[in-house]
Formats: sequence, C-alpha cells, structure tokens
Amino acid sequence: MKVLMFGWEFPPHITGGLGTACFGLTKGLVKHDTDIIFVVPKAYGDESQEAVRLVNASEVTIDLDIDEERTYWDRVQYMEVGSNIIPYVGPEEFSKQTELEKRASENFKSKVFSQKYEFSGKYGLNLMEEVARYALIGSAIATKHDFDIIHAHDWLTYSAGVAAKQTSGKPLVVHMHATEFDRSGENINTDVYAIEKRGMEAADRVITVSNLTRRIVVERYGIDPEKVVTVHNAVEPKDKKPSETEKQVKEKVVTFLGRITFQKGPEYFVEAANKILKRDNNVRFVMAGTGDLLHRMVMRVAQLKIGHKFHFTGFLKGDDVDQMFAMTDVFVMPSISEPFGIVPLEAMRSNVPVVISKQSGVSEILKHAIKVDFWDIDGLADAIYGLCHYQALSDDFIKYGRQEVENLKWEHAAAKVKEVYNSAWEAYNNR
Amino acid sequence: MNKSICFYFQVHQPFRLRTYRFFDIGKNHHYYDEYFNRLILRRVAEKSYLPMNEILLNAIKDNPRDFKVSFSFSGLVLEQMELYAPEVLDSFRRLVATGNVEILAETYSHSLCSLRNKGEFERQVKAHSQKIETLFGISPTSFRNTELIYSDEIGERVAAMGFKMMLTEGAKHILGWKSPNFLYTNAINPKLKVLLRNFRLSDDITFRFSQQSWPEWPITAEKMVYWLNQVPEKEEVLNIFMDYETFGEHQPAASGIFDFMKALPAAILKNTAFKFRTPAGIAKKHQPVSAIQVPYPVSWADEERDLSAWLGNNLQDDAFEKLTALAGKIHESEDEELIRDWNYLQSSDHFYYMCTKWLSDGEVHKYFNHYPSPYEAYINYMNVLSDFIIRLEEQLPETTKLMGELFENTTKLGREIAKIASKKIHKAEETIQKKYNQSKQKTQPVFENIIHLSDTKIKQLIKEFDAEQLSLLLKDASEEIKQKVIPNLTKKVRNQIDELQQKMTTVKQKDVQAIRKKLEEKLRSFF
Repeated sequence: MKVLMFGWEFPPHITGGLGTACFGLTKGLVKHDTDIIFVVPKAYGDESQEAVRLVNASEVTIDLDIDEERTYWDRVQYMEVGSNIIPYVGPEEFSKQTELEKRASENFKSKVFSQKYEFSGKYGLNLMEEVARYALIGSAIATKHDFDIIHAHDWLTYSAGVAAKQTSGKPLVVHMHATEFDRSGENINTDVYAIEKRGMEAADRVITVSNLTRRIVVERYGIDPEKVVTVHNAVEPKDKKPSETEKQVKEKVVTFLGRITFQKGPEYFVEAANKILKRDNNVRFVMAGTGDLLHRMVMRVAQLKIGHKFHFTGFLKGDDVDQMFAMTDVFVMPSISEPFGIVPLEAMRSNVPVVISKQSGVSEILKHAIKVDFWDIDGLADAIYGLCHYQALSDDFIKYGRQEVENLKWEHAAAKVKEVYNSAWEAYNNR
Repeated sequence: MNKSICFYFQVHQPFRLRTYRFFDIGKNHHYYDEYFNRLILRRVAEKSYLPMNEILLNAIKDNPRDFKVSFSFSGLVLEQMELYAPEVLDSFRRLVATGNVEILAETYSHSLCSLRNKGEFERQVKAHSQKIETLFGISPTSFRNTELIYSDEIGERVAAMGFKMMLTEGAKHILGWKSPNFLYTNAINPKLKVLLRNFRLSDDITFRFSQQSWPEWPITAEKMVYWLNQVPEKEEVLNIFMDYETFGEHQPAASGIFDFMKALPAAILKNTAFKFRTPAGIAKKHQPVSAIQVPYPVSWADEERDLSAWLGNNLQDDAFEKLTALAGKIHESEDEELIRDWNYLQSSDHFYYMCTKWLSDGEVHKYFNHYPSPYEAYINYMNVLSDFIIRLEEQLPETTKLMGELFENTTKLGREIAKIASKKIHKAEETIQKKYNQSKQKTQPVFENIIHLSDTKIKQLIKEFDAEQLSLLLKDASEEIKQKVIPNLTKKVRNQIDELQQKMTTVKQKDVQAIRKKLEEKLRSFF
C-alpha cells in the first residue's frame, strides 16, 4: 500500500513531539508492507529516509494557470497566528521565532501564489501563509505521485490533505495529535477549530491518540464516532546509553517536565510539593520548562517559602533532559488535559517511576504508573511521598514500568493504523 | 555664621552571581560571574572612580585646609578593587592620605543584617573596620548603614558599638515639618548624633543633572551657589550624599558633571557661608537641635524611602529569611570559603534584583539589574543558596562526624582495655582461688571444726553416719565436740551410741581415722 503522508516536520529538524511521533509511526508502518511518501514544508537534506521517501514542498512548483487551485484558495483568509496555536511548542520558543521574522502580511496572496515558495517549516508569524501554501502544494503533489491513501498529521496539514483528496479522489485519514481545546482550554482560536473540523469532516477516517481525544473529537467537533479510531502513541527504544550523570544532591528529586501552562497543571505540582516539604525535608522538587505561568509559579513557591527546596531550570533540551531524568526519583505529570503525553514514557524508559493524572491519554494504556486526578493534591502528595520513600514500590515501578514501555512499540501502533487504512480503502472501493 | 556642607559618596559593587543552574547544586561551588564583575568594575573605575578621584584630589590641593569629603567603601568593592583594579585603590589611598577625607564605617557586605540579626551586624561592622584599618590605616568613628537604612533601634546599636555619628536619609515622612539641615540625635541614645541627607539637592545632582526636561536644567556651580544662599539663615548643616558612580556612570561625562564638580568647591568656598566638613568635623562643630524619631526603618532608596526595594515581596522575603536563618550555623564555622560566600551572598543587591515594583523606580532598578526579570534573579539566588546550605550542613556534621569517630575509637579502645583487663583479672582470680583453696586445705584441722557448725548443719552431717561410726567418732572426742554433737542426735541414736560405747573396749585407731577422714571430706563441702 502506498501512502501520501503530510507532516510539518521530520527529525532531526524538530521543535516539538509531532515530528518524533511521525518518524516513529512511519518506521513502524514500513514493517507492515507500506510505502510512504512523506511531504514536509521544508527538507534540509539530512533527514533519515530509511522508512520514507521525503518530498520537499519548497521545491514543488505549481502551475498558476490551473483555475481550480486558484478558486479553491480564494477562500483562504489570512489569519493572525497566536502563540498557543502550535502543538508542542512553548510561547517562549514561539516569540523567539516570530521575533526573527516579523514579516509584513500585505503581500500574502502574491507569495502564496508565486511559482515557488520557500517554506520555513517552523511555527512563525507567517504560519497561516505557510499553511495555505502547503495546501496548494498538497493538490499539486497529488497529481504527480501515485498512492492509495492520504494521511495528514494535525491541523497544519489538514488543508493539504483535503486538497490532495479533492484532486486525486483517494481516501483521506487525518491524525489528531492535539485538539485546539487541548492547546487553548476554552479560549480556542476559531479559525484553527474550523480547519480541524473541516479536515475531520472531509476525512474518511480520523485517528486520535487517546480515547480522551476521541471523546473531544466526537463531542466537541460533532464527528461521526463510527469513523474515529483511537491508536495510542508508542515510544522509540532508547538508542543512547543512560546519562552517566551522578545525582549530586542527597535528597530525593521529584520532577515536573513540560510547558508551564495552564493545561499542564503546574500549580498542582507546586501545592503538592508544599504539602510534602512541610513534613519531609528530604525531598527536592524541580520544575523544568518554561511557559506563561512560570512567573506565577515562582511567586507561589516564594510565597510558600519553599524556594530552597524547589528549583526551576528553564527550558531543557536534549542531553539536559537525559541528565534531568538521571537525577530524578519521581516524575510527575499533573496535566489537566493531555491528548497523549509522551514524557512519562520517556521517564519510564530512563528508569524513573511516574505519577500521572487520570486526565491524560497515556493513563489509558499505562499500568505501572500511579494515576491520580489532577486536582487531588493530597493524592498527588501521597503518591509522590510513597514512591520517594517505599523502596519496594519504586523498585517495582522502575522494573515493570521499563518493561511496559519497551512493549509499547511503534510497530504495534502502526499495525492498527494499517487496519484503519484498510478499512478506509475498502469503504472507498465499495462506494 | 558658621555653616557646614558635607559631601559623602558611597562606593559599592556587589559580587554578582553567575547563572547557577539546578544541575550545579551540590557539585559546583563557584557562584560568581568573574568576567562580568571584572568588566563592570573596570568600567566604573575608568568612567567614574579614577577621573572623579583626580578632580577631588586637585580640589584638595587647591584648598588644602578647606575642602573635605567623606567616603564609604563596602568590603566587597574593596576586595574587587584589589582583584581587578589595584590602581583605583591606590588612587583612593592618595586621597585619604591628604587627611581631608573621612572614611565611614558600615557593614562589610553592604548587608541588610541590621534589620534582623544583632550578632551578625556587629560581626560585619567589626570586619569592615578591620578592612579599612588594613587598607587605609584609619579606624572609622562615623557610621553609615547599608543604603542609609536607619531606625531608632539600629541607631542605638550603632551607638553601643562606640560610634559618635550616623548618617541617614532626611525622609519627608520622618521629618514632617522639620528641616534636614540641622544636626539631630538618636531618640534612644542621645550620644549618637544623626546627619540627615538633603534629598532635594542630592537628587538634583544624582538623578536630574542631565534631565533636560527638568525646568532647572542645567545645574551649574553658580546655580548651586544661588540655592545654597537661599537656605534659611538658621539652617546650618547641608548634607549631600550620593552614589559615587553618579559621576561619569549614571551621569555621563558628556553631561558636564565633571566640569560641574571641578568648579563647585571653589565657588562654594568663595561665594557662600558654607564650609566643607566631614561628619566627624560636623560632630565637633555643631550642636544637635533635637532628637529625631524613627520608629520604622528608613532608607535612601526609591520614592518610598523605605525597605521595599529589597524586602517585602514574596521572592525577597523567602530568600532573605532563608539566608538570615543560617547566621547561627555560620558563626560556628571556621571555614574561610564559607564565610566569604556568606559575606558575598548577603549584599543587598541580590534582593534588589528581585524587586517587582517596576512602576515608580523601574528605570533605576533596571539600570542596576543584569537579570531579565526578578523571577530569574530569585531562581538563580535560591539555587546558589541551596548549594550553600548543603555545604554548610555538610561542614557542620564534619565536626559531629569527628566527634563520632572519636567516640567510636574511644569505645573500641575501652573495649580492648576491658578485654585485656578482664583476662588479667580472671587470671588473678584463678590464682587467688587456687591459693585460697590450698591454704584452706592446709588450715583445715577439720574434725574439730565441727564445733563451729550450726546445729542444723550438724544434723545434716550426722545423717551420713550410722550409730556405730558415730560412737567411734565420739569415743575419743573432746568434751566440746561431744557437747556439740550429742544434743543433735535423736534419742534412739543416742541410746544406741551409749550401748555401743559400753561394749567397745578397745578401739582400733585405724577405724577411727577412716571415719574421721570420711567426715572431713563431708565437712569440706560445708565450709
């Protein structure tokens, strides 16, 4: 089976988890007799092509005389891009990027419809411009390649997927990694919501990364539950050796790692830390990451007078994350809403026991993790304390948790995706 | 009419912290940004300290009897001069050597400890006076607290340390209708004289010198002279206190600040009734007019003239509380590096960086701040402090650890000694026992000894023998023995013995001996 897949990024050029997930999935799909043409807005040339044939959208030219394409895109309106529009990217990273490219928007149309277009492939101010152009490319590519099915990852690529379907008539599968409600709470960007809804309506099948997300898709986007299938994410086996960093503090280290935004529930972590520190001096807490709630968290920590035992590291990347896990005794993810949540899996892979909120997609598949309601601060504190101090408990969680994560293979997830392809394909052929 | 004008300059630079990450805690104990600290010190030295010293030195040369100024140096800026700009230290030394410069005492670290910890305050002041003595050969007699922080209580403590004069801010809210241009005394201990900063004139130079939107701009020596002559007749002490970095750094050379300062001394001396005096000189010359009541601490900072630049928000309070709580433990320590870091971490600047009141004095705060926000300042400081606490605690158990080792070794040694001793004692006991037994055997005349036995024992003994044997035993026995034994015999046995003895005509001595021996053996167990 040949798949035309639309993504926004591909390792090693990634800003968030979307690229990693796409990479894992394509590697898994190859084992199930699938050929993949993977389209990215911008290819750098050093991407791993072991599993896919990468197509660089920046090199695709379009024929300006094709009227269909023009009329199709007359409907595209320019949209202001807000920082929380982007999956997996923090506001700080966003502002860093947009700072560099404060481009004027007036020549939007002329740019989108120029013959060639240089994508940044990032999440900048001109994101909407790029999304629009990407969709245009989508239909152009669809005419040039031979494939059986179209697969589009997250709203950024949905328009491209829909365009490709309209051009080729082939079935479309859209993949929901995070909904607008997960990113923005109730204050959603209605333009993004509309793109998501339109994409899912046009699709023959919708894949959600958890049942939690599936519920949102069905209830809040009104998508027919018959065509929505949950395929949980997996995690790449760790290729690196565990970090050799020695823990240099004698206390137990409890870590929060993620964007410090409302959706991630950082304040529940701070309050639980306070409860523990009032009784137990032998613990240190670390909040790694950055986000719009960072300053409020710092202030709260100072107000609770626990600043000598509660540390902030700022944004961590690559080796620093490994080093952080190497020093961590308990990892906590108290998310209020989390479509999947891959970080706990990374923690478990690094032999760290985890406490996760019941409101995370990953809690649907994990057995060896303590699950609490995000708002249950006492429960959170209990779980953390237990994992810190009861050796037998943490030993078991480390041992079986690692085994559990090692069994979450992309190969298995890909098998389910393949089934989705097959059902979409059959439905398409039986029309 | 004799009026005094007092110029006092504060010279201070903190040891700024480097970016100290969570990963450094417990591993890396180096906290300071040497490159940045050096850069800033070299910059202010060249832009401000050196040229301004030159101007003051010339003014003193021109008016050797009449031009006087005073300085305060924090211990931290002196250390940095020694490290990064020794020529600046020499330049200050030349100034001081003229004899026209008074150096004031303060806390070593530019610390806020006067607000919390009496013991630490005294230690800091003592350490600072020592440093001044070492570098300048002077022991200060006047005192100025960090950022001119003052309250009745702090003044009283300063007086108790032997200082005669203290400087503080002439804040509106403590003066009310009073004028700062007089000499005052401490409200608790009137022996301490108090000089109040004339904030209007001081701030005119410090903040408004190059502010072109200000109606009075520009300030010239002539304008200053005019203002001084406007000071009411009776007001006799005018105090202009400021940061030394005002000259050349906050007010750049291009603003004309150096030219202004060049012209000012001569102009004042020539055209006004004011004479330049140092705080000590004023204490001698003038009489205090009254006590000044300052129940709550004041400072010279910001519009509020209170402590809110350093303390009051959650970040500052948490950091300061955690820091000051360590004082007791530090004082037990003799580790030089710990004490050095303790000094550096105390400087008020660290708390200034955590200030969140951006609205009124934001610009000033921003100027002095190398952190992007007060939150970063807090995070970084707390990381450093966490490491410092770990070191301190590790070091304290060091003594306890040594004590523990000593204890362990002592008990071990004790146990060894006890073992050897008990062996020896055991041996000795054995020898004694042996000897005793031997002597006992020798001294036991035995049979006769039965007279010492109690009646019960006699009864027990004679049970072992039959009447025949007994009669043999008693045959030749002494009267004493008979008296002892016979009453203990039953009537029946007694009769038997009587009968037997009558029948006995000759007794075989051998038989008697045999029975005696048996008895003696029995007896041994009785003794």
